[in-house]
Amino acid sequence: MDTGFDFTVILTNIVYFFIGRFPHGTLGGIALTLYLAVISCILSFFGGLILGLMSISHNRIIKYCSMALLNIIRGMPLLMVIFWMYFLLPAFMGRTVSESWTVIMALTLFTSAYMSQIVKAGVEGIPKGQTEAGLSTGLPMWQVMVYIVLPQGLRNMIPSFVNQFVSMIKDTSLAFIVGVSELTHVATQINNRTIIYPTEIFFFIAVIYFIICYAFTSLSRWLEKRLAWRR
Amino acid sequence: MFKYQFDWTVVTSGQYAEWLLSGIKVTFELSLLSIVLSFFLGLLIAVMRMSHIAPIRWLAHGYLEFFRNTPLLVQIFFWYFGSYKILPKAFNDWLNNTNFEFAAAVIALTIYTSAFIAEDIRSGVRSIPKEQMEAARSSGFSYLRSMQYIILPQAIRLTIPPLINQFLNLTKNSSLAMTIGVMELTYQARQVESYTFKGFEAFTAATLIYVVISLIITGLVTLYSKKILSPMKAH
Repeated sequence: MDTGFDFTVILTNIVYFFIGRFPHGTLGGIALTLYLAVISCILSFFGGLILGLMSISHNRIIKYCSMALLNIIRGMPLLMVIFWMYFLLPAFMGRTVSESWTVIMALTLFTSAYMSQIVKAGVEGIPKGQTEAGLSTGLPMWQVMVYIVLPQGLRNMIPSFVNQFVSMIKDTSLAFIVGVSELTHVATQINNRTIIYPTEIFFFIAVIYFIICYAFTSLSRWLEKRLAWRR
Repeated sequence: MFKYQFDWTVVTSGQYAEWLLSGIKVTFELSLLSIVLSFFLGLLIAVMRMSHIAPIRWLAHGYLEFFRNTPLLVQIFFWYFGSYKILPKAFNDWLNNTNFEFAAAVIALTIYTSAFIAEDIRSGVRSIPKEQMEAARSSGFSYLRSMQYIILPQAIRLTIPPLINQFLNLTKNSSLAMTIGVMELTYQARQVESYTFKGFEAFTAATLIYVVISLIITGLVTLYSKKILSPMKAH
């Protein structure tokens, strides 16, 4: 049994870890992980905003439909959402959808459900008097939301959004299952090729994920302190 | 919508239904074992995290941050593919003779979840007034005994809702064990799909099971918070 560690396998493959086959092929590795996370995060911000506002709507049908959808998504493992997307997207779109977009759509749907809870809590944290004052000056409800409640609420939600982004980075590793060549997939490829360095390879990518995620976790904590102090 | 012949009998009877049932059984076994282990490990880390001895505190803090900020899938792969180089040989031999896929999944799920549980327990402990600890210490209890008999029993009661949520997350996360070949519910649903091409039925069945488990548990937590926790806090 070999107990010595040999990290040269990391160095010889370092470019592949970072960008995959990029200049000559598709983007991969850490760059693709970040790309997937950023795109899905932006989309799920809007998804979360819409679902969150729907779930506090005064229209009962909208409210209960969105709450049912939220409960179903939150009750499912992300892996299951990815399989559903893989299976349903081509059927709905009537054409094949790339694996990257399948994963982006799955991550967006899944994270929107969690983002919506943040939006809901953020909006409910703004005193009712603000909404009433807005309405009594003659603004319609949507303008009260867009111009008065959301700008204040969103600021309080920023730290939670950053935390969701951290979860998103971790969740992109599941793209491995449909063969998207992000960091985890690249690591399994290198592992399959070299065979005898699994400990080094998976420890290395764990550290990479840790550095990225820890940076954002720290940012979120810093923001939380700073925004709380300003209030 | 699209031309598709639904055939629900695929998942309600016969061999494929049996596959799904055995998947449910494995999901339960995997989750329950990891829940129990991660609770005790989380408790240990939480107590270490609040220790007076700085190195112990740092160790626990490092553990928390590292395992919370790393994807579970990577941790599963690490234990499954890479643990043989860092574990003692005797333990490796024992693992190889048991169901290694299952064991690696339990180890990864336990360690990953324990980091979240430790933080939840710590914030529960922080919400217990400091005077309780001081009173306990001044009546002669050691630090560990004060924790054991006075602080933790109260903190755990407050921590039950977030803890149950972590257990629910663990149950959902156990689906990742399929990537290393543990035949749990998601694995079996996929298996049924590839044998019968009835993916819609297979995934619906699996999704329903996950959602029902989740709704029951979430309902119980809400009930607990309303009926037991709120009256307790009002005192």
